[in-house]
Amino acid sequence: MHRFANPTRFLRIAAVVQPWAMWLTVILFGVGLYMSFFTSPPDYQQGESVRIMYVHVPAAWMGMFCYAAMAIASAVSLIWKHPLADVAGKATAPVGAAFTFLSLVTGSLWGKPMWGTWWVWDARLTSMLILLFLYIGYMALQGAFDDRARGAKASAILALVGAVNLPIIKFSVTWWNSLHQGSSVITMEGPKMDASMLWPLLLMAFAFKTYYVWVLLVRMRQEMTANKVRILRLKQAHGV
Amino acid sequence: MQDFFSMGGYGTYVWASYGLTALVMLALLVSSIRSLKSTEATFARLKQAMAPIENQKEQKTEIPNGDEA
Repeated sequence: MHRFANPTRFLRIAAVVQPWAMWLTVILFGVGLYMSFFTSPPDYQQGESVRIMYVHVPAAWMGMFCYAAMAIASAVSLIWKHPLADVAGKATAPVGAAFTFLSLVTGSLWGKPMWGTWWVWDARLTSMLILLFLYIGYMALQGAFDDRARGAKASAILALVGAVNLPIIKFSVTWWNSLHQGSSVITMEGPKMDASMLWPLLLMAFAFKTYYVWVLLVRMRQEMTANKVRILRLKQAHGV
Repeated sequence: MQDFFSMGGYGTYVWASYGLTALVMLALLVSSIRSLKSTEATFARLKQAMAPIENQKEQKTEIPNGDEA
């Protein structure tokens, strides 16, 4: 029974955290969206199209954040074989993939009016596309083996190797010439953005983060229940 | 109002971005919750179906399986 001690504690904590994550998500999105549309000014160069930033940038940040979370979970799973780590990595992948997909598409929708093109094969955009493929590869590997443990191991290794891509994404706009603008929030000198735009951006980023926590907890609980179902089915089949 | 929706001529791009983001995030949330509910239902059903067998095995100790799911 000691093997379930930790997951049980996790479920207790999850039951407390989940409603908080839900309400924070609702409130932060409410305020964040209001500020994105009504209190933040149009950009002096980009006009109203700058409002795309308030979904594009949080989606891109969370695409990378989720990947980092997935890679850490994979490392914990490979090194310590903690049962919750596998569950966390597996539950994170589709969320991170969705964020990455959204950052690519909203980036395209922003690029068309501002750069005059939907897509360019430059370092930032290409490395972000590779991030999406890494997520897809991770999810595909999970289900590619009859032995679930082997699938988990293979995908965890892929997640760790792919983590090399994260600094490449972050510094792609510094290392290579790019149509994409450089960093303007997370820089050595601090944010270079006016408060009227920085606040809605940060609120939306927090809304995306609490949304991730909410969905993560739901998906982890689902995964853990599915594991219990599998054990019961095995018991049933063997008549033990 | 008209001005608000036209977004200075960028309405299509702005609303498509927000619309798609809302759609994808809602779909992922709803499908995650649904999947949890249906797995929990399956678990409860299986557990109930197997209860008689479990009880036979552990006649001496009548431990009702604590259901924390």
